[in-house]
Amino acid sequence: MSANRFPYAAAQVRKGLWQSRRFLVLRRLAQAAFLLLFLSGPVVGIWISKGTLASSLTLGVLPLTDPFILLQSVAARHWPEATALAGAAIVLTTYLLAGGRSYCSWVCPINPVTDLAAWLRRRLGITQSSKIRPELRYYLVIAVLAVSAATGMLAFELVNPVTAFHRAIVYGAWTSATGAILIFAFDLLVAKNGWCGHLCPVGAFYGGVGSATLLRVSATRRDACDDCMDCFAVCPEPQVISPALRGNRTGVGPVILSGDCTVCGACIDACPERVFTLTHRFDTRLLPCSATSQPETPAAYERTTP
Amino acid sequence: MKDNVRQQPKPPDPARRKALRDAARLGGGALVAGMALAGHALQSSALPAQNLRPPGAIAADGFLSACVRCGLCVRDCPYGTLKLAGWSDGPATGTPFFTARDVPCEMCDTIPCVKACPTGALDKALTDIGEARMGVAVITSRETCLNLQGLRCDVCYRVCPAIDKAITLETTHNARTAKHAVFEPVVHADACTGCGKCEKACVLDEAAIKVLPLQIAALSQDSHYRRGWDEKDKAGAPLVYAPLKLDVRKPQAGADLP
Repeated sequence: MSANRFPYAAAQVRKGLWQSRRFLVLRRLAQAAFLLLFLSGPVVGIWISKGTLASSLTLGVLPLTDPFILLQSVAARHWPEATALAGAAIVLTTYLLAGGRSYCSWVCPINPVTDLAAWLRRRLGITQSSKIRPELRYYLVIAVLAVSAATGMLAFELVNPVTAFHRAIVYGAWTSATGAILIFAFDLLVAKNGWCGHLCPVGAFYGGVGSATLLRVSATRRDACDDCMDCFAVCPEPQVISPALRGNRTGVGPVILSGDCTVCGACIDACPERVFTLTHRFDTRLLPCSATSQPETPAAYERTTP
Repeated sequence: MKDNVRQQPKPPDPARRKALRDAARLGGGALVAGMALAGHALQSSALPAQNLRPPGAIAADGFLSACVRCGLCVRDCPYGTLKLAGWSDGPATGTPFFTARDVPCEMCDTIPCVKACPTGALDKALTDIGEARMGVAVITSRETCLNLQGLRCDVCYRVCPAIDKAITLETTHNARTAKHAVFEPVVHADACTGCGKCEKACVLDEAAIKVLPLQIAALSQDSHYRRGWDEKDKAGAPLVYAPLKLDVRKPQAGADLP
């Protein structure tokens, strides 16, 4: 993979500033909005959402609970009350529709921290990275649940830097931001996308949800791909792109089906050829590419695949 | 055909070997992380003695299996009593607690903190705040308590929401002056909610009365002890029928002398 220090540059030349940063801006707005929902109460006295991402009550009626945290609670042999169960069901349903790990890229407060580390990595040209297998996070999910069962406590919540960082912001408990600072250093200096892409059990859990979710990114115009590698440079989970983008050779459809995809839309932004679109998992259409390349219809695709 | 296959050893399948090796490596990594986490979990299960849980908190270990650290109890506490533990505070990270000497529990009739809890870590069976058992007050320093010196401070007694039930003043003879009384504040654990108002109000630099966790200061009697008077009450009648009849012996001149 080529080290690309300015992966958005080509897209900006071809598509303009807005089209090459659309999803980035929308994500930052969403992340800010989710924080403001919780911050408006303590700061200006207008209460919209109370609590944290672990469990919250919005406008006094809508309960939301992190299903992974509740799963730890069940593993620790506590059967939660109906409010928490209903909240977890609502969250699970939402992410089954809206992308699974979209939690990671649109809601999680750690995301701007790790995005900053990844951006700095590109700008400073830091290419060395410790080799950690991305699958490790799934093993960590099992480990966390096993420890919860063995100790009778919500084990991961003792160290979870995601909810701790959210508490640090919403409740002003600044010592709880320690984990976020460590993650930044780890992502910048030790491993590329080290936390979100390899270790975080919260993201791994939502990845499991994401493997069946409706909202997906598709390499709809993959025949226009000119192998510039910009999408791989910006993607926090680059391994998910290849099967869909290079599916022509292997007969795989254009939709990125891996649960690891965070639906962040960075590939859509960064691609100068407009290969990627946001769609649903059953939309396996292949659209003809722009005039510069040869168009291809689904029929033509059928002919070329064995 | 089948025999041939049986005779020749299968060539090693590189993909299968790699998968097994990866699973072992990743499993090992997860095991190390899990053991470290378990050690940390067991260490952080202890609650520092001066940090109290909100009213209705289910028993010590159960609380850490139920509380998701959302802070909804903290938000609904009207007096700013409850706080969420940061990484450097004593209680398990993110769990709610209060320190009586800083801000005690005001014992709201409606118990909003318990109502706010979505998981049942604060038990909704608690509907009368007088039944709350957040801890129990103990005179921890008889040597400095002003009342025990024979003075009339009485502050802990006066501020107690369960005055004359949870704290009473018991008079005893003042041996130093030989003519005054000592008004000793005595805590009755069966009525004390552990709200901490006495500890907050103690006029000394270091409080002479402190709220301690139940498991330290309000123990239940060892189950193998049977108190005769309690058993008698339970049974409604004496447990042992022992007619006690002693001979009346009056002084008689030389009666039993050898």
